[in-house]
Amino acid sequence: MSETILSVKNLNVTFNEEKVINNLSFELERGAFLTILGPNGCGKTVLLRALLRLIPYNGEVSWAKNVRISYLPQGFTHLALKDYPISVKEFFELKNAKDAEKYLEFVGLGKDIVKKNMGDLSLGTFQRVLMAWSLISEPNVLLLDEPTTGIDVQGEITVYNLLSELWKKGITILMVTHEIDIVYKHSTSVLCLSKKGFMCYGRPEDLTPKKLREIYGFGIKIYRHVR
Amino acid sequence: MILNLMLSLVVGFFIGIVAGYLGSLMLSRKMSLTAGPLGHLTLPGVALALIYGFDISLGAFPFVILGAIMIWLFEMKTKLPMEALTAVVFTFGVSIALLFLPLDEAETALIGDISKIGFYDTLIVLPLLALTFYVTKTIYSKVFLINVSEDLAKVEGISVKKYNLVYLLLIATIVALGAKLVGGLMTAAIVAIPSASARNLSKNLLNYKILASLFGGISMMLGITLSLAFNLPVGSLIILSNIAIFFLSIIMKRY
Repeated sequence: MSETILSVKNLNVTFNEEKVINNLSFELERGAFLTILGPNGCGKTVLLRALLRLIPYNGEVSWAKNVRISYLPQGFTHLALKDYPISVKEFFELKNAKDAEKYLEFVGLGKDIVKKNMGDLSLGTFQRVLMAWSLISEPNVLLLDEPTTGIDVQGEITVYNLLSELWKKGITILMVTHEIDIVYKHSTSVLCLSKKGFMCYGRPEDLTPKKLREIYGFGIKIYRHVR
Repeated sequence: MILNLMLSLVVGFFIGIVAGYLGSLMLSRKMSLTAGPLGHLTLPGVALALIYGFDISLGAFPFVILGAIMIWLFEMKTKLPMEALTAVVFTFGVSIALLFLPLDEAETALIGDISKIGFYDTLIVLPLLALTFYVTKTIYSKVFLINVSEDLAKVEGISVKKYNLVYLLLIATIVALGAKLVGGLMTAAIVAIPSASARNLSKNLLNYKILASLFGGISMMLGITLSLAFNLPVGSLIILSNIAIFFLSIIMKRY
Protein backbone atom coordinates (compact mmCIF):
# COMPACT_ATOMS: atom_id res chain seq x y z
CA MET A 1 0.00 0.00 0.00
CA SER A 2 1.41 3.34 -0.95
CA GLU A 3 1.28 6.26 1.35
CA THR A 4 0.72 9.91 0.50
CA ILE A 5 3.79 11.99 1.23
CA LEU A 6 2.55 15.32 -0.05
CA SER A 7 -0.93 16.63 -0.42
CA VAL A 8 -1.66 19.96 -2.07
CA LYS A 9 -5.17 21.40 -1.99
CA ASN A 10 -6.37 24.52 -3.78
CA LEU A 11 -2.94 26.09 -3.86
CA ASN A 12 -2.89 29.70 -4.99
CA VAL A 13 0.27 31.74 -5.23
CA THR A 14 0.43 35.38 -6.17
CA PHE A 15 3.87 36.60 -7.09
CA ASN A 16 4.64 40.21 -8.01
CA GLU A 17 0.89 40.88 -8.06
CA GLU A 18 0.41 38.22 -10.68
CA LYS A 19 -1.44 35.00 -10.03
CA VAL A 20 1.17 32.38 -10.83
CA ILE A 21 -0.37 29.23 -9.38
CA ASN A 22 -4.11 28.98 -9.72
CA ASN A 23 -6.09 26.49 -7.66
CA LEU A 24 -3.64 23.63 -7.94
CA SER A 25 -4.43 20.36 -6.20
CA PHE A 26 -2.51 17.11 -6.33
CA GLU A 27 -1.27 14.27 -4.17
CA LEU A 28 2.09 12.56 -4.31
CA GLU A 29 2.96 9.06 -3.16
CA ARG A 30 6.01 8.22 -1.13
CA GLY A 31 8.79 7.07 -3.40
CA ALA A 32 7.55 8.92 -6.46
CA PHE A 33 9.77 10.66 -8.97
CA LEU A 34 7.80 13.72 -9.95
CA THR A 35 8.83 15.93 -12.81
CA ILE A 36 7.38 19.42 -12.88
CA LEU A 37 7.32 20.46 -16.48
CA GLY A 38 6.54 23.65 -18.31
CA PRO A 39 7.92 26.57 -20.27
CA ASN A 40 9.97 29.41 -18.75
CA GLY A 41 7.99 31.69 -16.50
CA CYS A 42 5.04 29.36 -15.90
CA GLY A 43 5.68 29.17 -12.16
CA LYS A 44 7.66 25.98 -11.69
CA THR A 45 10.15 27.53 -9.32
CA VAL A 46 7.37 29.40 -7.55
CA LEU A 47 5.58 26.10 -6.98
CA LEU A 48 8.69 24.50 -5.45
CA ARG A 49 9.25 27.48 -3.20
CA ALA A 50 5.64 27.40 -2.07
CA LEU A 51 5.92 23.67 -1.32
CA LEU A 52 8.95 24.53 0.82
CA ARG A 53 6.98 27.32 2.49
CA LEU A 54 9.56 29.87 1.40
CA ILE A 55 6.93 32.18 -0.06
CA PRO A 56 3.42 33.04 1.10
CA TYR A 57 0.52 31.11 -0.46
CA ASN A 58 -3.15 30.37 -0.02
CA GLY A 59 -4.46 26.86 0.23
CA GLU A 60 -3.05 23.75 1.82
CA VAL A 61 0.37 22.16 1.54
CA SER A 62 0.79 19.21 3.86
CA TRP A 63 3.78 16.91 4.03
CA ALA A 64 3.81 13.54 5.77
CA LYS A 65 5.05 13.79 9.33
CA ASN A 66 8.42 12.14 9.02
CA VAL A 67 9.75 13.97 5.98
CA ARG A 68 13.30 15.26 5.90
CA ILE A 69 13.44 17.63 2.98
CA SER A 70 16.53 18.78 1.14
CA TYR A 71 16.47 21.38 -1.57
CA LEU A 72 18.75 22.20 -4.48
CA PRO A 73 18.01 25.69 -5.73
CA GLN A 74 18.74 26.68 -9.30
CA GLY A 75 22.53 26.59 -9.75
CA PHE A 76 24.62 29.70 -9.94
CA THR A 77 21.77 32.06 -10.56
CA HIS A 78 20.44 31.57 -7.06
CA LEU A 79 23.59 30.67 -5.23
CA ALA A 80 26.20 33.37 -5.03
CA LEU A 81 28.64 30.81 -3.70
CA LYS A 82 31.05 31.40 -6.54
CA ASP A 83 31.99 34.75 -5.05
CA TYR A 84 32.93 33.49 -1.62
CA PRO A 85 36.34 32.32 -0.54
CA ILE A 86 35.36 28.85 0.61
CA SER A 87 36.71 25.39 -0.09
CA VAL A 88 34.54 22.35 -0.74
CA LYS A 89 35.48 20.94 2.67
CA GLU A 90 34.52 24.18 4.42
CA PHE A 91 31.26 24.29 2.51
CA PHE A 92 30.43 20.88 3.97
CA GLU A 93 31.49 22.02 7.43
CA LEU A 94 28.83 24.74 7.30
CA LYS A 95 26.41 21.90 7.80
CA ASN A 96 28.55 20.11 10.40
CA ALA A 97 29.35 17.31 8.00
CA LYS A 98 32.39 15.38 9.18
CA ASP A 99 32.37 12.75 6.45
CA ALA A 100 32.12 14.93 3.36
CA GLU A 101 34.10 12.32 1.40
CA LYS A 102 31.37 9.73 1.76
CA TYR A 103 28.79 11.94 0.09
CA LEU A 104 31.21 13.24 -2.51
CA GLU A 105 32.14 9.69 -3.41
CA PHE A 106 28.49 8.90 -3.96
CA VAL A 107 28.23 11.62 -6.57
CA GLY A 108 31.41 10.33 -8.18
CA LEU A 109 33.91 12.88 -6.95
CA GLY A 110 37.37 11.93 -5.68
CA LYS A 111 38.99 12.83 -2.38
CA ASP A 112 41.14 15.63 -3.74
CA ILE A 113 38.06 17.71 -4.51
CA VAL A 114 37.67 18.77 -0.85
CA LYS A 115 40.64 21.11 -1.02
CA LYS A 116 39.40 22.93 -4.08
CA ASN A 117 37.70 26.29 -3.92
CA MET A 118 33.98 26.26 -4.63
CA GLY A 119 34.45 29.11 -7.08
CA ASP A 120 37.00 27.19 -9.14
CA LEU A 121 34.74 24.20 -9.87
CA SER A 122 33.21 23.63 -13.26
CA LEU A 123 29.46 23.98 -13.43
CA GLY A 124 28.90 20.23 -13.61
CA THR A 125 31.19 19.49 -10.68
CA PHE A 126 29.67 22.35 -8.72
CA GLN A 127 26.21 20.88 -9.19
CA ARG A 128 27.39 17.46 -8.07
CA VAL A 129 29.00 18.97 -4.97
CA LEU A 130 25.71 20.71 -4.22
CA MET A 131 23.90 17.44 -4.64
CA ALA A 132 26.29 15.69 -2.26
CA TRP A 133 25.84 18.56 0.16
CA SER A 134 22.07 18.25 0.07
CA LEU A 135 22.38 14.57 0.98
CA ILE A 136 24.21 15.22 4.27
CA SER A 137 21.01 15.48 6.26
CA GLU A 138 19.95 12.08 4.90
CA PRO A 139 16.77 13.43 3.32
CA ASN A 140 13.87 11.25 2.25
CA VAL A 141 12.50 13.97 -0.01
CA LEU A 142 14.64 15.89 -2.47
CA LEU A 143 13.45 18.99 -4.32
CA LEU A 144 15.54 20.11 -7.26
CA ASP A 145 15.21 23.16 -9.45
CA GLU A 146 16.63 22.58 -12.92
CA PRO A 147 19.68 20.73 -11.66
CA THR A 148 21.30 20.48 -15.07
CA THR A 149 21.08 24.08 -16.20
CA GLY A 150 24.31 25.02 -17.90
CA ILE A 151 25.82 21.54 -17.66
CA ASP A 152 27.10 19.72 -20.75
CA VAL A 153 25.45 16.53 -21.98
CA GLN A 154 27.91 14.24 -20.20
CA GLY A 155 27.35 16.03 -16.89
CA GLU A 156 23.62 15.94 -17.44
CA ILE A 157 23.63 12.18 -17.79
CA THR A 158 25.65 11.86 -14.59
CA VAL A 159 23.21 14.03 -12.67
CA TYR A 160 20.17 12.12 -13.90
CA ASN A 161 21.78 8.76 -13.21
CA LEU A 162 22.53 9.91 -9.68
CA LEU A 163 18.95 11.02 -9.21
CA SER A 164 17.78 7.68 -10.50
CA GLU A 165 19.99 5.93 -7.97
CA LEU A 166 18.71 8.07 -5.12
CA TRP A 167 15.18 7.34 -6.20
CA LYS A 168 15.91 3.61 -6.16
CA LYS A 169 17.08 4.04 -2.58
CA GLY A 170 13.57 5.21 -1.75
CA ILE A 171 14.00 8.96 -1.80
CA THR A 172 10.99 10.84 -3.12
CA ILE A 173 12.08 13.27 -5.80
CA LEU A 174 10.39 16.43 -7.03
CA MET A 175 12.26 18.02 -9.88
CA VAL A 176 11.61 21.11 -11.94
CA THR A 177 12.86 20.94 -15.48
CA HIS A 178 11.90 21.83 -18.99
CA GLU A 179 13.56 18.86 -20.54
CA ILE A 180 10.86 16.58 -21.78
CA ASP A 181 12.99 13.50 -22.43
CA ILE A 182 13.61 13.25 -18.67
CA VAL A 183 9.94 12.74 -18.04
CA TYR A 184 9.80 9.53 -20.04
CA LYS A 185 13.17 8.21 -18.93
CA HIS A 186 13.10 8.69 -15.19
CA SER A 187 9.91 9.92 -13.66
CA THR A 188 6.92 8.07 -12.29
CA SER A 189 4.61 11.04 -12.49
CA VAL A 190 4.51 14.37 -14.19
CA LEU A 191 2.92 17.68 -13.35
CA CYS A 192 2.73 20.23 -16.11
CA LEU A 193 2.18 23.92 -15.83
CA SER A 194 1.68 26.40 -18.61
CA LYS A 195 1.44 30.15 -18.84
CA LYS A 196 -2.26 29.91 -19.62
CA GLY A 197 -2.80 28.15 -16.33
CA PHE A 198 -3.45 24.82 -18.01
CA MET A 199 -2.31 22.00 -15.83
CA CYS A 200 -2.08 18.28 -16.14
CA TYR A 201 -1.05 15.68 -13.66
CA GLY A 202 -0.55 12.00 -14.27
CA ARG A 203 1.75 9.26 -15.45
CA PRO A 204 4.41 10.08 -18.04
CA GLU A 205 2.67 7.76 -20.52
CA ASP A 206 -0.32 10.07 -20.47
CA LEU A 207 1.78 12.95 -21.67
CA THR A 208 1.02 12.81 -25.37
CA PRO A 209 2.51 15.12 -28.01
CA LYS A 210 -0.90 16.75 -28.25
CA LYS A 211 -0.82 17.63 -24.58
CA LEU A 212 2.72 18.92 -24.84
CA ARG A 213 1.61 21.21 -27.62
CA GLU A 214 -1.07 22.60 -25.36
CA ILE A 215 1.44 23.29 -22.62
CA TYR A 216 4.18 24.79 -24.71
CA GLY A 217 2.12 26.42 -27.45
CA PHE A 218 2.98 25.59 -31.04
CA GLY A 219 5.81 23.15 -31.47
CA ILE A 220 8.13 22.03 -28.74
CA LYS A 221 11.34 23.79 -28.11
CA ILE A 222 13.89 22.75 -25.59
CA TYR A 223 15.93 25.65 -24.38
CA ARG A 224 19.39 24.95 -23.16
CA HIS A 225 21.34 27.56 -21.28
CA VAL A 226 24.79 28.01 -22.61
CA ARG A 227 27.50 29.70 -20.62
CA MET B 1 50.42 58.60 29.51
CA ILE B 2 52.47 55.47 28.82
CA LEU B 3 49.83 53.34 30.53
CA ASN B 4 47.21 55.11 28.50
CA LEU B 5 49.09 54.37 25.30
CA MET B 6 49.51 50.71 26.20
CA LEU B 7 45.83 50.38 27.04
CA SER B 8 44.80 52.05 23.81
CA LEU B 9 47.01 49.74 21.81
CA VAL B 10 45.70 46.62 23.53
CA VAL B 11 42.04 47.64 23.40
CA GLY B 12 42.41 48.92 19.85
CA PHE B 13 44.09 45.72 18.71
CA PHE B 14 41.33 43.51 20.10
CA ILE B 15 38.51 45.74 18.89
CA GLY B 16 40.14 45.59 15.46
CA ILE B 17 40.38 41.81 15.54
CA VAL B 18 36.78 41.26 16.55
CA ALA B 19 35.54 43.93 14.12
CA GLY B 20 37.46 42.30 11.27
CA TYR B 21 36.17 38.86 12.20
CA LEU B 22 32.57 40.08 12.37
CA GLY B 23 33.05 41.95 9.12
CA SER B 24 34.12 38.79 7.34
CA LEU B 25 30.48 37.75 7.56
CA MET B 26 29.36 40.87 5.74
CA LEU B 27 29.48 39.14 2.44
CA SER B 28 26.26 40.28 0.94
CA ARG B 29 25.59 43.82 -0.11
CA LYS B 30 22.63 44.05 2.19
CA MET B 31 24.72 43.36 5.25
CA SER B 32 27.64 45.62 4.41
CA LEU B 33 25.28 48.57 4.20
CA THR B 34 24.03 48.19 7.75
CA ALA B 35 27.25 49.09 9.55
CA GLY B 36 27.16 52.60 8.09
CA PRO B 37 23.94 53.83 9.67
CA LEU B 38 24.81 52.06 12.91
CA GLY B 39 28.03 54.04 13.09
CA HIS B 40 26.16 57.28 12.61
CA LEU B 41 23.66 56.31 15.26
CA THR B 42 26.45 56.37 17.82
CA LEU B 43 26.59 60.13 17.42
CA PRO B 44 23.59 61.11 19.56
CA GLY B 45 24.84 58.79 22.29
CA VAL B 46 28.34 60.16 22.06
CA ALA B 47 26.93 63.68 22.26
CA LEU B 48 24.99 62.84 25.43
CA ALA B 49 28.04 61.19 26.95
CA LEU B 50 30.17 64.26 26.27
CA ILE B 51 27.59 66.64 27.72
CA TYR B 52 27.05 64.68 30.90
CA GLY B 53 30.57 63.36 31.17
CA PHE B 54 30.02 59.59 31.09
CA ASP B 55 31.60 56.90 28.99
CA ILE B 56 31.28 57.34 25.23
CA SER B 57 30.63 53.69 24.45
CA LEU B 58 28.05 53.56 27.20
CA GLY B 59 26.28 56.52 25.62
CA ALA B 60 26.52 55.07 22.15
CA PHE B 61 25.32 51.61 23.11
CA PRO B 62 21.54 52.17 23.59
CA PHE B 63 21.31 54.19 20.39
CA VAL B 64 23.15 51.62 18.33
CA ILE B 65 21.12 48.74 19.73
CA LEU B 66 17.96 50.71 19.00
CA GLY B 67 19.27 51.31 15.49
CA ALA B 68 20.03 47.62 14.97
CA ILE B 69 16.50 46.67 16.00
CA MET B 70 15.08 49.44 13.80
CA ILE B 71 16.95 48.19 10.75
CA TRP B 72 15.91 44.62 11.51
CA LEU B 73 12.24 45.58 11.83
CA PHE B 74 12.33 47.80 8.76
CA GLU B 75 13.79 45.00 6.73
CA MET B 76 11.10 42.55 7.83
CA LYS B 77 8.11 44.86 7.66
CA THR B 78 8.74 46.82 4.50
CA LYS B 79 9.65 45.80 1.04
CA LEU B 80 11.71 48.93 0.50
CA PRO B 81 15.19 48.49 -0.83
CA MET B 82 17.82 48.35 1.88
CA GLU B 83 19.51 51.46 0.50
CA ALA B 84 16.46 53.58 1.22
CA LEU B 85 16.20 52.27 4.77
CA THR B 86 19.86 52.91 5.28
CA ALA B 87 19.46 56.53 4.28
CA VAL B 88 16.61 56.94 6.76
CA VAL B 89 18.48 55.52 9.73
CA PHE B 90 21.74 57.18 8.73
CA THR B 91 20.47 60.75 8.64
CA PHE B 92 18.31 60.16 11.70
CA GLY B 93 21.43 59.59 13.78
CA VAL B 94 23.32 62.57 12.45
CA SER B 95 20.44 65.01 12.68
CA ILE B 96 19.59 64.06 16.26
CA ALA B 97 23.24 64.36 17.24
CA LEU B 98 23.68 67.76 15.64
CA LEU B 99 20.67 69.06 17.58
CA PHE B 100 22.55 68.99 20.85
CA LEU B 101 26.14 67.94 20.24
CA PRO B 102 28.41 70.53 21.86
CA LEU B 103 30.33 71.83 18.89
CA ASP B 104 33.63 72.33 20.64
CA GLU B 105 33.57 68.63 21.54
CA ALA B 106 32.32 67.52 18.17
CA GLU B 107 35.78 66.44 17.13
CA THR B 108 35.85 63.54 19.59
CA ALA B 109 32.44 62.39 18.51
CA LEU B 110 33.34 62.49 14.86
CA ILE B 111 36.89 61.23 14.71
CA GLY B 112 37.63 59.53 18.03
CA ASP B 113 40.16 60.04 20.78
CA ILE B 114 42.55 57.50 22.30
CA SER B 115 42.95 59.42 25.54
CA LYS B 116 39.39 58.34 26.30
CA ILE B 117 40.56 54.79 26.96
CA GLY B 118 41.21 54.34 30.66
CA PHE B 119 42.05 51.40 32.91
CA TYR B 120 38.46 50.66 33.90
CA ASP B 121 37.31 50.86 30.29
CA THR B 122 39.77 48.14 29.47
CA LEU B 123 38.43 45.94 32.25
CA ILE B 124 34.93 46.19 30.79
CA VAL B 125 35.80 46.24 27.11
CA LEU B 126 38.02 43.15 26.96
CA PRO B 127 35.48 40.66 28.38
CA LEU B 128 32.79 42.21 26.20
CA LEU B 129 35.02 41.70 23.17
CA ALA B 130 35.66 38.10 24.19
CA LEU B 131 31.93 37.52 24.42
CA THR B 132 31.29 39.17 21.04
CA PHE B 133 33.98 37.01 19.49
CA TYR B 134 32.56 33.86 21.04
CA VAL B 135 29.00 34.55 19.88
CA THR B 136 30.25 35.38 16.39
CA LYS B 137 32.13 32.08 16.26
CA THR B 138 29.02 30.22 17.36
CA ILE B 139 26.72 31.66 14.72
CA TYR B 140 29.31 31.93 11.94
CA SER B 141 28.29 28.94 9.83
CA LYS B 142 24.61 29.72 10.01
CA VAL B 143 24.99 33.39 9.07
CA PHE B 144 27.36 32.41 6.29
CA LEU B 145 24.78 30.01 4.89
CA ILE B 146 22.10 32.70 5.09
CA ASN B 147 24.40 34.92 3.05
CA VAL B 148 24.93 32.20 0.46
CA SER B 149 21.23 31.50 0.06
CA GLU B 150 18.39 32.43 2.35
CA ASP B 151 16.21 29.76 0.78
CA LEU B 152 18.75 27.07 1.45
CA ALA B 153 19.20 28.25 5.02
CA LYS B 154 15.45 28.20 5.63
CA VAL B 155 15.07 24.69 4.26
CA GLU B 156 17.88 23.63 6.60
CA GLY B 157 15.70 24.90 9.42
CA ILE B 158 17.75 27.99 10.22
CA SER B 159 15.72 30.91 11.53
CA VAL B 160 16.93 33.69 9.27
CA LYS B 161 15.20 36.40 11.31
CA LYS B 162 16.77 35.28 14.58
CA TYR B 163 20.29 35.05 13.24
CA ASN B 164 20.03 38.35 11.41
CA LEU B 165 19.05 40.03 14.65
CA VAL B 166 21.87 38.44 16.64
CA TYR B 167 24.30 39.44 13.93
CA LEU B 168 23.04 43.03 13.89
CA LEU B 169 23.36 43.20 17.68
CA LEU B 170 26.94 41.97 17.46
CA ILE B 171 27.75 44.65 14.91
CA ALA B 172 26.03 47.21 17.14
CA THR B 173 28.25 46.17 20.05
CA ILE B 174 31.48 46.47 18.10
CA VAL B 175 30.37 49.77 16.59
CA ALA B 176 29.63 51.20 20.04
CA LEU B 177 33.01 50.04 21.32
CA GLY B 178 34.82 51.24 18.23
CA ALA B 179 33.17 54.67 18.30
CA LYS B 180 35.38 55.72 21.18
CA LEU B 181 38.56 55.14 19.20
CA VAL B 182 37.51 55.82 15.65
CA GLY B 183 34.61 58.23 16.09
CA GLY B 184 31.04 57.83 15.00
CA LEU B 185 31.48 58.80 11.38
CA MET B 186 33.91 56.08 10.50
CA THR B 187 33.21 53.03 12.67
CA ALA B 188 31.60 51.25 9.76
CA ALA B 189 35.00 51.11 8.13
CA ILE B 190 36.66 49.00 10.85
CA VAL B 191 34.05 46.33 10.18
CA ALA B 192 33.85 46.57 6.42
CA ILE B 193 37.39 47.24 5.14
CA PRO B 194 39.47 44.43 6.71
CA SER B 195 37.24 41.75 5.20
CA ALA B 196 37.34 43.43 1.80
CA SER B 197 41.16 43.33 1.91
CA ALA B 198 41.13 39.74 3.16
CA ARG B 199 38.80 38.66 0.41
CA ASN B 200 41.25 39.89 -2.20
CA LEU B 201 43.88 37.54 -0.84
CA SER B 202 42.15 34.39 0.36
CA LYS B 203 41.14 31.17 -1.29
CA ASN B 204 39.39 29.51 1.60
CA LEU B 205 37.27 30.46 4.55
CA LEU B 206 39.83 29.84 7.29
CA ASN B 207 42.34 31.97 5.46
CA TYR B 208 39.79 34.69 4.96
CA LYS B 209 38.67 34.78 8.60
CA ILE B 210 42.24 34.95 9.90
CA LEU B 211 43.31 37.64 7.46
CA ALA B 212 40.24 39.79 8.11
CA SER B 213 40.85 39.63 11.89
CA LEU B 214 44.57 40.31 11.51
CA PHE B 215 44.07 43.24 9.15
CA GLY B 216 41.54 44.65 11.62
CA GLY B 217 43.98 44.37 14.54
CA ILE B 218 47.04 45.62 12.65
CA SER B 219 45.31 48.69 11.23
CA MET B 220 44.20 49.68 14.73
CA MET B 221 47.74 49.41 16.15
CA LEU B 222 49.19 51.22 13.16
CA GLY B 223 46.64 54.02 13.33
CA ILE B 224 47.08 54.55 17.07
CA THR B 225 50.89 54.56 16.80
CA LEU B 226 50.89 56.99 13.89
CA SER B 227 48.44 59.22 15.68
CA LEU B 228 50.77 59.51 18.65
CA ALA B 229 53.85 60.00 16.53
CA PHE B 230 52.43 62.78 14.41
CA ASN B 231 49.77 64.12 16.76
CA LEU B 232 47.03 63.66 14.18
CA PRO B 233 43.41 62.44 14.66
CA VAL B 234 43.44 58.75 15.54
CA GLY B 235 40.19 57.84 13.78
CA SER B 236 41.41 59.11 10.44
CA LEU B 237 44.71 57.32 10.77
CA ILE B 238 43.09 53.98 11.66
CA ILE B 239 40.85 54.17 8.63
CA LEU B 240 43.74 55.29 6.43
CA SER B 241 45.80 52.32 7.66
CA ASN B 242 42.90 50.08 6.72
CA ILE B 243 42.70 51.62 3.29
CA ALA B 244 46.47 51.29 2.83
CA ILE B 245 46.15 47.55 3.56
CA PHE B 246 43.26 47.37 1.12
CA PHE B 247 45.36 48.92 -1.66
CA LEU B 248 48.22 46.58 -0.84
CA SER B 249 45.83 43.63 -1.07
CA ILE B 250 44.75 44.72 -4.54
CA ILE B 251 48.35 44.98 -5.70
CA MET B 252 49.22 41.58 -4.19
CA LYS B 253 46.17 40.02 -5.78
CA ARG B 254 47.46 40.95 -9.20
CA TYR B 255 50.85 39.32 -8.77
